[in-house]
Amino acid sequence: MNTPFFSVVMAIIRKDLQAELRSRELVATMLLFALLSVLAFSFALELDRLAREEVVSGVLWVTVIFASLLGLNRSMSIERENDSIDAMLLTPIPRSAIFVGKLVGNYLFTATVGIALLPLMTILYNINMLNLWVIATLLLGTLGICITGTLLAAMTVQTRAREALLPIVMLPVVLPILLAAVKATTGIINNAPVSDWQTWPQVLLIVDIIYLVLCLLMFSYVIEE
Amino acid sequence: MATFAVDKTKNTIRLTAMPKVLQGLTVITVLGLIVTLYLGYFNAGTDIQQGEIQRIFYIHMPTFFGAFTAFGATVLGGMLYLAKRDDKWDRLAVAGVEVGLALALINLITGSIWARPIWNTWWTWDPRLTSAAIMALTYAAYLMLRSGIDNLQTRRRFASVYGILAFSTVILTLVIIRIRPDTIHPVVIGASPQNAQGSFEATRGVVLALLPSLLFYSTIVPITLMWYRIRLENMLDVLEQKKIALLSEG
Repeated sequence: MNTPFFSVVMAIIRKDLQAELRSRELVATMLLFALLSVLAFSFALELDRLAREEVVSGVLWVTVIFASLLGLNRSMSIERENDSIDAMLLTPIPRSAIFVGKLVGNYLFTATVGIALLPLMTILYNINMLNLWVIATLLLGTLGICITGTLLAAMTVQTRAREALLPIVMLPVVLPILLAAVKATTGIINNAPVSDWQTWPQVLLIVDIIYLVLCLLMFSYVIEE
Repeated sequence: MATFAVDKTKNTIRLTAMPKVLQGLTVITVLGLIVTLYLGYFNAGTDIQQGEIQRIFYIHMPTFFGAFTAFGATVLGGMLYLAKRDDKWDRLAVAGVEVGLALALINLITGSIWARPIWNTWWTWDPRLTSAAIMALTYAAYLMLRSGIDNLQTRRRFASVYGILAFSTVILTLVIIRIRPDTIHPVVIGASPQNAQGSFEATRGVVLALLPSLLFYSTIVPITLMWYRIRLENMLDVLEQKKIALLSEG
């Protein structure tokens, strides 16, 4: 546990957590946005109980993805603004450690927001979402979102359009995750038999692994200068 | 037809004629278009249930696989560019995206024309249709990402990374009719989903028209088009160099 790789990862996570604890900027923004989005959906879709059961997982996942966009953009532009990414690149540390460090930080924030949404939606939509399997799906899904998001945000903050470009490049790529996550969540909250939805968390896990390997390999190309 | 090309060793511009292979490919492409259209329009029998409109399938499905080949070339180009940092691989990647996007759009449009009489709608938010549309949008995003970066090296690097990642939407589109049972899109090879509407049997006549078309659209068409596109990119580079040379003189 004392390898240079691991200590770099821990240092980056500690830095991000400390900055977040002091400013409470990221989680607060994401959480407020998620709350507004869930409320907006509940006004926009005036639904009876049956229809709610069908759409509620869609509402959850679209909200989580949009909230994650906010957090990912901010987390990467902080590194750009103060040229701290350049400082990190100057040090002799593996690039993949920077990726893992930023990823874990982003993941902690996004997963926190996602899990905080569950009791909220349970109350607002009157459907029990506090289920261990929903939480497991949420953890797997947000992991995939953060893996691709961390890589793509590192790219888009270096472009001319900056924040505007991340949703456009990220949404298509997270579509397989959205598909599997929504299918799994819908099955779980509707108390469908396990055999109906058990493949979807597995699909999520496989997609997560594929994306993790791809993004780990490609991250060093994104931040070289 | 002659065009400019960069002589890498001397860094001077010289005229090169169109390669013989490309000339041959162009002729084969034109002939192939005529032959596959003939096979689909006249040689294959008319579908009993769907009538003449079913013949659009002989273009619809092959163009998707043409797009598949082209987007595959983008992945190859991206990986080789990241490994070797030779601009020519990035040109292959761009060519793949543009050719693939064009073929994917033909695929979407022909599907839409077919769906109008068969499904009684131009468009429906079916999983297959949605993922095919998202796939096209992903590659449109690729082009936006490219145009958003001024530094040439950075642009090529980011485009390579995104071109590799974007291929996941192509795979998703390919497998979605097999993993989402609620699609109404027919599966021609293998069993259709239960609620597929507008499926038909792969009879001998269908296969005889489909197979040559599939081979033609998934190999010759994208390769020829990408080759032309790469040459165009070369010419644009030469033009850029000339501009810079002229400006520095003045």
